[in-house]
Amino acid sequence: MTLLKHEMRQGWKTLAVWTVSIGFFIVICVLMYPEMGEEMEGVNEIFSSMGAFTSAFGMDRLNFGTLSGFYAIECGNILGIGGSFFAAFIAVASLAKEEKERTAEFLLSHPVGRPWLVTQKLLAVMLQIFIMNAVVFALSVSSILIIGEDIPWNQLCLLHLAHFLVQIELAGICFGISSFLRRSGIGIGLGIAAVMYFLNITANLSKSAEFLKYITPFAYAEGADILAAGSLEGKLLLPGILYTLIGICTAYWKYCSKDIQ
Amino acid sequence: MNAIEITDLTKYYGKARGIVALNLTVKEGEFFGFIGPNGAGKSTTIRTLLGLINATSGQAKVLGLDIQKGMQDILANVGYLPSEAVFYSGMKVKDILNLSAGLRKKDCSEEAGRLCERLRLDLSRKADELSFGNRKKAAIVAALQHNPRLLILDEPTGGLDPLMQHEFFQILRERNAKGTTIFFSSHVLSEVQRNCSRAAIIREGRIIACDSVEALAQTNAKRVTVHGKLSLQDLNGVRDLKETADSCSFLYSGDLKHLLQRLSEEDIADLSVAEPDLEEIFLHYYKK
Repeated sequence: MTLLKHEMRQGWKTLAVWTVSIGFFIVICVLMYPEMGEEMEGVNEIFSSMGAFTSAFGMDRLNFGTLSGFYAIECGNILGIGGSFFAAFIAVASLAKEEKERTAEFLLSHPVGRPWLVTQKLLAVMLQIFIMNAVVFALSVSSILIIGEDIPWNQLCLLHLAHFLVQIELAGICFGISSFLRRSGIGIGLGIAAVMYFLNITANLSKSAEFLKYITPFAYAEGADILAAGSLEGKLLLPGILYTLIGICTAYWKYCSKDIQ
Repeated sequence: MNAIEITDLTKYYGKARGIVALNLTVKEGEFFGFIGPNGAGKSTTIRTLLGLINATSGQAKVLGLDIQKGMQDILANVGYLPSEAVFYSGMKVKDILNLSAGLRKKDCSEEAGRLCERLRLDLSRKADELSFGNRKKAAIVAALQHNPRLLILDEPTGGLDPLMQHEFFQILRERNAKGTTIFFSSHVLSEVQRNCSRAAIIREGRIIACDSVEALAQTNAKRVTVHGKLSLQDLNGVRDLKETADSCSFLYSGDLKHLLQRLSEEDIADLSVAEPDLEEIFLHYYKK
């Protein structure tokens, strides 16, 4: 637990900044809903006539006039982009920062064992992602209560669970990459999150690019699909679980055998 | 029992040489010096013994445990002082020491307090604000606070002022008297000569000499200082020649008869022949 506590202490400022930022934008978004709801018919028409972009963001299958439809697009994008960037950011730095900041020698000269160290760091990453999501979820529920709407618990939970899983997957992949790095990998982490996000948009644009849905985790967090099906799509989720496990296993394999500089 | 036992240990960084077929034994309770200039392979040897890097080939045992299999047990009984101590930014010295103790699952607060007092280290200072010397002190306390059986120190005195160096070696001698094995690398040879019972010299990744400090100092070479006029032309075995207007000093490893014959032929006012110090021995080994 010593290293887990240490990691949490080291990362609390980053966690606080990202949590407050994502939570703030989601709250603002939800608070804007009543005002926007009155103009939703017009908004729906505009969004449904944007050609390829309408399907790229799933807006052709969502009703902006309902809270869940509005939430799936607006808040989904904030949590989707913000959450995935946060997860990639902390995971890609997790193992690499010890060598980058030259603290690896201090840490590894203690009787901790590298598999244990990797486990503690992985737990710290996952715990931070969980805390960020829990706080954002609580803020989201509170803001819906403030505007006096009924809380669509099932849909809200599914949307948040999907984005939580997206973040876990990206964190797993970036954690694996982190084990190879000796310098800052923040660019790589954020780049992967951004590429995955755009792969999903590309997959939505063209039928011939639909195979990309099996690569990007954003495919199973597609708000329109979740609201329509009332569940997450297993066939998209399974590759995601596989990529996560590959990332984590790679981290154990590489970090436990690498030379520390 | 041997505290360190290295057999044919080799480490290459790609094609670059680290250490080559290195053999070395340090007995438990020894105060052992590991001498060599930068890049000779001292840190590579130490980092391999601590499991920070993997050996290309060969074997090593620390405190009777194989470094491939028993690293966690080894590290539980070893205190390591790196040549350049780096800590987590934002952390206070007391937090760093608590973290180190926590990672060892030990309460070391009493010993840490004693060491900090002796080294005059302020526990409330942040790591980022510490000078190089104070960071070194914090690293010394972290390495010693759990009373390890073996201390591995990589160029430990860099950054410490002479008073602190004196106190540091006093602490080491006390620990050594209580049975702690001390293995320290240095290129400050006077430190090794003053404190160590045995030493090894490493050159280009290979051990070129390993013996008691006294034995290492007893080479064939003598430091000869002559006042007066002396021609050293055609005299074999002369190295490290230092000349002034009326004197000269040199290391001589040639035939003494030839030297005495030459001295008897020249106009000499004064003469001294002495054992070279370790610094000169070091140069002697490195110029071979």
